[in-house]
Amino acid sequence: MNMGLYIVQQGINAVSLGSLYALVAIGLSMVFGILRMTNFAHGDMMMVGAFGTLLINAAGAPFWLAALCGVAVGAAAGVIVERLAYRPVRGAPDVTLLLTSLAVTYILENLGILIFSSSPRNFPIPDIMNSAIQLAGGQITFTAINVVTIALTVAALALLGWFVTRTDVGLGMRAAAEDLGAAQMVGLDVDRLIVVAFAIASAFAGLAGVLWAAQSGIVEPDMGFTPLLKAFVAAIVGGFGSISGALVGGYVLGALEILIVAFLPSSVSPYRDAIVFGLLIVFLLFKPNGLMNRPQEVKL
Amino acid sequence: MATADHIDTDEVLGVRGLTVTYGAVTALRDLSIEVRRGEVVALLGANGAGKSTMLRTISGVVRPRAGEVRLEGDRIDGLRPSQIVARGVAHSPEGRRLFGSLTVAENLRLGAAQRRDRENVEADRERLYDLFPILRERSQQQSGTLSGGEQQMVALSRALMARPRLLLLDEPSLGIAPLIVQQIFASLAELKETGVTMLLVEQNINVALGLADRAYVLRTGEISLEGPAADLKRNYEEVAAAYLGVRR
Amino acid sequence: MSGPALSRPAGLIVFGAVLILVAAVTLALPHMVNNYLVRVVIVMCIDVILVASMGLGNGFTGVFSLGHVGFVAVGAYTSGILSLPVTMKHAFLPDLPHWLASFSLPFLPATIAAGLVCAALAAVVGAPLMRLSGYFVSVATLGFLIIVNVVLINASDFTRGARTFAGVPLQTTLPWAMGWMVVTLTVLARIAYSPFGRRFRVVREDPIAARAVGLSILPVRLSAFIVGAFFAGVGGSLYGHYLGAFSPASFYLPYTFALVSMLVIGGMGSISGAVLGVVLVTVTSEVLRNLERGLDLGVIHIPPLYGASQIVLGMMFILVMIFRPSGLMGDREVSPGLFLRRKPTGERE
Repeated sequence: MNMGLYIVQQGINAVSLGSLYALVAIGLSMVFGILRMTNFAHGDMMMVGAFGTLLINAAGAPFWLAALCGVAVGAAAGVIVERLAYRPVRGAPDVTLLLTSLAVTYILENLGILIFSSSPRNFPIPDIMNSAIQLAGGQITFTAINVVTIALTVAALALLGWFVTRTDVGLGMRAAAEDLGAAQMVGLDVDRLIVVAFAIASAFAGLAGVLWAAQSGIVEPDMGFTPLLKAFVAAIVGGFGSISGALVGGYVLGALEILIVAFLPSSVSPYRDAIVFGLLIVFLLFKPNGLMNRPQEVKL
Repeated sequence: MATADHIDTDEVLGVRGLTVTYGAVTALRDLSIEVRRGEVVALLGANGAGKSTMLRTISGVVRPRAGEVRLEGDRIDGLRPSQIVARGVAHSPEGRRLFGSLTVAENLRLGAAQRRDRENVEADRERLYDLFPILRERSQQQSGTLSGGEQQMVALSRALMARPRLLLLDEPSLGIAPLIVQQIFASLAELKETGVTMLLVEQNINVALGLADRAYVLRTGEISLEGPAADLKRNYEEVAAAYLGVRR
Repeated sequence: MSGPALSRPAGLIVFGAVLILVAAVTLALPHMVNNYLVRVVIVMCIDVILVASMGLGNGFTGVFSLGHVGFVAVGAYTSGILSLPVTMKHAFLPDLPHWLASFSLPFLPATIAAGLVCAALAAVVGAPLMRLSGYFVSVATLGFLIIVNVVLINASDFTRGARTFAGVPLQTTLPWAMGWMVVTLTVLARIAYSPFGRRFRVVREDPIAARAVGLSILPVRLSAFIVGAFFAGVGGSLYGHYLGAFSPASFYLPYTFALVSMLVIGGMGSISGAVLGVVLVTVTSEVLRNLERGLDLGVIHIPPLYGASQIVLGMMFILVMIFRPSGLMGDREVSPGLFLRRKPTGERE
């Protein structure tokens, strides 16, 4: 096979995978930016979004409508979690926030097991999304779901970009991420901004969940955990708290993983996750503030 | 409901019996001040006297343990900071606290976030650009890249964009070159002429008393001296003594 | 000075033993006919070892690691490989290198070896990890857990991969578990309340001040991490010899969450808190686990609700975070007869 075409093929795979990581990582970074919280329950919004889609689809709604509702359900779940679990501990030390989110993820995953059992379920998608697209006389093959993933991610990112630069609420979110106390003194309704941040972050995770399930064909209660950990890596590499950094981090990570699987000896690829986290630790030693972020300041 | 003797149409801010504690530390003890319409009142005092705590309590960031804060007769203590800003109290905080990665124009826009009269916002911004012309030049620049004096102008303008009935100013001269301090206080004097009511916290006694009508001197959470600015200026030694708590 | 320092470890042991006994008896009454009681107590003793050793780093030095179970896994596999009978090794692990396949260690040396291997591993991975701060440590140590898991699954010559590693002699009896627990608590209390242990809390509460007085943070954090890992390895060995058969999935996220919730509910900066947390969480989840199988009370029929006990546990956890974020014991310890309150050293808001 032609090497150039092989690279193009893997490039498509990398962009598709990186899109999913970016979608999840952006939400992590948004919430971290405002609340300094490492939100372990973020990945579960993927599960909520995918299960929501599955249920609404099974109730008779067409897939696209069900997916849209699934994303909305994911967003709503994020907002509810913020209200019930995170608001009462707001302002507590980092560890308390982190542990609270860990408890939330434990509750949500077990809720998933309680309702849907722990065994994976099929995630039916319209046939058209599984249809193969061939280029260069069949030397490059990918499925429609890859295209849909990339297109929806680009659309979601464009929407987010417009939101944070052009609207008052988006501007307020950036201000709150930079200095929550000052945002309060200027008169921004911080509670509302945080709710909006959780809604957007969780909607993105919900979308990633639907796309992830569509690609793998299954839904299961702990489906969000591995992507969440990858998203942590992406967000940290990009500079935790920075939205654009999370975006870059997501695609860098997608590319790195495809590189490991596609271009290194096949005996190496089972160690992909170990390599990713090993590199994260090394990375943190040399650039503790990420690629894009300004140095952490001590806030008074 | 305010009772008849509380109604005083000229009183913009009325603080009565205010006590604020941080854990075991009492920052303000049974403190009362007032600011009348069109007045500039200075709060003077050494570091840790409780001046910033006073402003932070008025703007709702800190909750008082006892006492009340009234804005034009209505109680505002207990409201959330965003509600207090919406009622017309704008706070230009110590250390400016700009959103450094946002542009000057975006900072100003956030200052107007609580306003209902959208149609006047642009005209107000133009008026502030007239007051500080350098900000018009820098309007699309990230505010974090500006000099200290320029940043102070942005902070001041951001607060004024709320079109406040009461402007709280916390140390506008902090860390700024003397020449720029003069310029900023000249602008504040201009604002005073237009009728803006201000409560000013300052370490720089001279410039503060130059602008203010009246002043309170705070020491360890209590008022140790108060009076018209002109009198205090004449009795500089007395002010200094009140600062340090030397009995004479 | 020497009074409390000596009586504290003793007090802890008494306290732990009493609590475990009470809890076990409560649980065991309906089951006295079988050895349910003994099994619960053994598991509790192992959990106390693991939680208390996790608390040394996470609570006392304030570096919240989520990788403790990684060491538990390494300990279980190390001890399992060392103590598997030679004939079993040939059958189960045909590709084991000759130097490992040719001998089999008794329980005690295998357990100590497991602890030492974990301590050595902690020294290697801790050197970079303990430099990180705050949230990064937690994410990176979770990364360590994942790395361990991936390696265990793929090093099938040694571990049989994702398949069950079976045939480990069932040697963790009640005396062994109790004995190791006593040793662990004594050593940890001795360290935590020694002059050296005071440094743990200094670097936790005020890293900047610690640096200012010339206390370098890395060695202090690293030593707590290494000691914690040693006992994680010991506990892993005990757990392996209790289960007899396990797989990499036995030592992964659910176990991590269980141990973390015990630590957090009991109190992170306290050794007796670790004991209390183990007892409380064990009792709660045992009771709930019986309930979630479903109840038929004649009139009322409660259907089985698998996963419900974990949900209740998670909610307990969150309530503790909201109302008592430093856990039930906080920084206090229990001594015989009296509650010793450590001097509040700049409590955090």
